[in-house]
Amino acid sequence: MAHSYTPGLTVTPWSVITKKRILPIPGAVHVQDGESVSSEKVVASAELPGKVHVINVVNQMGIQPEDLKEYMTKGEGDRVEQGEVLAETKPLIKWFKSSVTSPVTGFIETISNSTGQVLLREPPRRLDLFSYIDGRVVEVIPGQGVRIETTCAFIQGIFGIGGETWGTLILASESPEEPLNARQLTPEHAGKIVIGGSFVGADALQRAKAVGVKGLVIGGMHDKDLRALLGYDLGVAITGTENIGFTLVLTEGFGHIPMARKTFDLLRGLSGRKACLSGATQIRAGVIRPEIIVPLTPEESSRREDRSVLVKEGAKIGDPVRVIREPYFGRIGEVVALPSELAMIPTESRVRVMEVQFADGSKVVVPRANVEIIEES
Amino acid sequence: MSIDSQSSTDRPLSTIVATDCGSTTTKAILIEKIGNEYRQTYRGEAPTTVEAPFEDVTRGVLNAIAEIEELSGRKILDGEHIITPSGSGGNPKTGVDLYISTSSAGGGLQMMVAGVVQSMTGESAQRCALGAGAIVMDVLASNDGRLPHEKIERIRSLRPDMILLSGGTDGGTITHVVEMAEYIAAAEPRPRLGMSYNLPLIYAGNKEARGRISEILGKKTALTVTENLRPTMERENLVPARNKIHDLFLEHVMAQAPGYRKLIEWAGAPIMPTPAAVGLIMETIAKKQGINLIGVDIGGATTDVFSIFHGAFNRTVSANLGMSYSISNVLAESGLENIMRWVPFSIEEQDLRNRIKNKMIRPTTVPQTLEELQVEQAIAREALRLALGHHKTLATGLKGVQQERSISDVFEQKGSGQTLINMLDLDLIVGSGGILSHAPRRVQSMLMMVDAYEPLGVTELSVDSIFMMPHLGVLSTVNEQAAMEVFVHDCMIYLGTCIAPIGLDKAGERCLDYTIALPTGELKGTLKFGEIRLLPLGVSEEAMVHLKPARNVDVGAGRGETLERRVRGGVVGLLLDGRGRPLRLPSRHEDRVSLLTQWHQALNLYPASVPPAIVAGETTQGKR
Repeated sequence: MAHSYTPGLTVTPWSVITKKRILPIPGAVHVQDGESVSSEKVVASAELPGKVHVINVVNQMGIQPEDLKEYMTKGEGDRVEQGEVLAETKPLIKWFKSSVTSPVTGFIETISNSTGQVLLREPPRRLDLFSYIDGRVVEVIPGQGVRIETTCAFIQGIFGIGGETWGTLILASESPEEPLNARQLTPEHAGKIVIGGSFVGADALQRAKAVGVKGLVIGGMHDKDLRALLGYDLGVAITGTENIGFTLVLTEGFGHIPMARKTFDLLRGLSGRKACLSGATQIRAGVIRPEIIVPLTPEESSRREDRSVLVKEGAKIGDPVRVIREPYFGRIGEVVALPSELAMIPTESRVRVMEVQFADGSKVVVPRANVEIIEES
Repeated sequence: MSIDSQSSTDRPLSTIVATDCGSTTTKAILIEKIGNEYRQTYRGEAPTTVEAPFEDVTRGVLNAIAEIEELSGRKILDGEHIITPSGSGGNPKTGVDLYISTSSAGGGLQMMVAGVVQSMTGESAQRCALGAGAIVMDVLASNDGRLPHEKIERIRSLRPDMILLSGGTDGGTITHVVEMAEYIAAAEPRPRLGMSYNLPLIYAGNKEARGRISEILGKKTALTVTENLRPTMERENLVPARNKIHDLFLEHVMAQAPGYRKLIEWAGAPIMPTPAAVGLIMETIAKKQGINLIGVDIGGATTDVFSIFHGAFNRTVSANLGMSYSISNVLAESGLENIMRWVPFSIEEQDLRNRIKNKMIRPTTVPQTLEELQVEQAIAREALRLALGHHKTLATGLKGVQQERSISDVFEQKGSGQTLINMLDLDLIVGSGGILSHAPRRVQSMLMMVDAYEPLGVTELSVDSIFMMPHLGVLSTVNEQAAMEVFVHDCMIYLGTCIAPIGLDKAGERCLDYTIALPTGELKGTLKFGEIRLLPLGVSEEAMVHLKPARNVDVGAGRGETLERRVRGGVVGLLLDGRGRPLRLPSRHEDRVSLLTQWHQALNLYPASVPPAIVAGETTQGKR
């Protein structure tokens, strides 16, 4: 038995990726098949239905629902301005006249003679869908969106918060083992995507926000600092819509964990380049991991075009791996044995295991489920 | 390939293949008639292939069945077709008579429900959707405290698979239910999957309002009208709406998911949402055996609880209580202190919090050390406890019902809508899900459930061996006998019986005297408060117990009253739980750890020392 099937996160200096950019509701696509686009390009847009306001006209006027239409000055589908009269009584003596006015500018959606309510809808809002990555449109899905392809350096994190952003990569820690402290963040980092080392604490997170960084990529953090940053305890790993002022990507997990050397070196080599970053994480069916995408120049892209597609076939002897569970959490080593038979671990469970050798020469047995392959590029 | 639909045992079935297409894994089982009995013989599994790059659920189904083929030597597949019937081509080891399936892939069935009064039609609609196997994303009601525009925004942002609208008793006022329909129409709700079809909406409210509802929602949704699920205040009628949910689940939701059209064609019975099938088999068992039952399925993301008390079926799903994806939420909901009370050692809060989050982001990892296992089992106790708490609040009698009261009722101050879950009436707890089904020692599963549920009096406990309840649920719609036989022989592992007297006293005080006629001889003794004992009573063994509780203690027959009855054994045995009810743990850390250790030792819950040669966690070159 020479392989085990252990999922890993992709960290590669060259990859071709495709992003499906789809509107939440049908709309219009603004780009052509084959067109080159950059992150800020609006590739599609839709008209989001305006906010609805409910006015109980019959209650305000003291009339019966079935009589409502007689009092309305406007009909369904009519446009109304804020403060314009919607309905009024027509008494003989003008003094007794009462009316209901529109609180917003918009359209009359429905007039209900069952409930006596009038529903007003504000004008639609335009929703722009950005390209997010620099690349080429490879498919137009009419009325829905596009697929964009790019050749890039591609790094997946393990967990993130915050949505899509883009900016220049800048290194703030000297090594993957060095924690990022508040003093290392300066006005120079404003609007940039900052690369740190092993750990970010509460003070550095506050500083990142104050300085105005666009993104932060780091090895680990404490759960309590995440809670403080969000203002609540994150219960389920579905993220990407948080509004914390920047996008945060953890490459390793929770706690003090040095960023994998390979990830750090790759990011260091890309310092000064434009990167597209997303913190969106979803760890259920259809797993989504946070990502850092650095589009390559045409020259860089062509350099590796003959490269065969990376096949995730599982761990082999000699593969570099990261242990992802206690008691060796975060340690990096090399697979030295892949016994095929089940082995009993200290919990008394019988599981498939592998033997891993760490840099100090020590060897340990760990369940295969507790190991992540560090994928070679 | 297609198999003719069969609604009953109109054709002899000797070989059945069943799959459950879960979010991550598709599990297949083979059921064969051996002699006069149906038995589950082989199983196979493969990753579910709903997502890219495959985007075809049948690929995973074929892979899982191919594994069964390999193990059993039976030829079931002919390329991408299932061969039917069994014995095709004159070879008895070829083909199957029936293929059936359940599905929870792609997040299962997600619904929004709406009613007029939250605690009445809102709750009835919720019970209906849950019973049909759905996850209820939100319950909207006229009196839910939200302003109209907030309701509309919420409906718009949810994107459910389906909406169930109820409200008003037949012949009652229509204003409020029409108002809810207007909000739904204004929100222009869109379905979760696909852009090109209208969202299915079931109207099961006041029949007088059907005309107005059709006018308002007919063009904006795929409207289906069915019988009112609360025709009168005193009566719920959930079955017609529940059936409609299943129909629409197949017609609209499943048909949008990749590969499901083909799967629907293959299946010899309608594909059911996984939790609906589990509920069905539990209901069948309770009915057949005439017992009250609580079933729990604790998964990575959600915990489902089913109960059947005096024939009333209820299901709830705690969408964010689970052991991997949602593990952090268990901590958030229960609080650290409640988890730590089950852990027999000290651990720093920050360390524990980071460990839990790391499990959340890497959900497939397994505990390697005993401490990690104990922490996970502590979290499981809290997830189970919280999920049962949720269940109790929804598994109630109907609220808002006028009741005739006698003098005694006045003194008891009982209102309508009391929970139906009476732990003293409970006969059987069925546990399912990785943490319970795969605990290294079965006694760990038993104690997790006992600690979380605090059963009262005499209660049997069991676990599902390999999670085949969904398969058996859908099988029961075709052949109930086959489903029951496999359930009893191959699915359930009886752990044993727990005897838990109700009452509290100082540790060491007499709780009850017992005489137990075990197969090995009569055993007499006194159970003291604060103590827990495990007596040997094996699988298929029964014993007559004579229990004489202390004056203020009730073991099911009343305070101080003697109870005599038969109890059944299991792979764990007979558990005498003298820890008192309600179960209270000492607040002082050292006292609590000492007591937990004492209980764990009494049950031989965990290994006293770690097995030597194969210990992971030590260097193989020797301890450094």
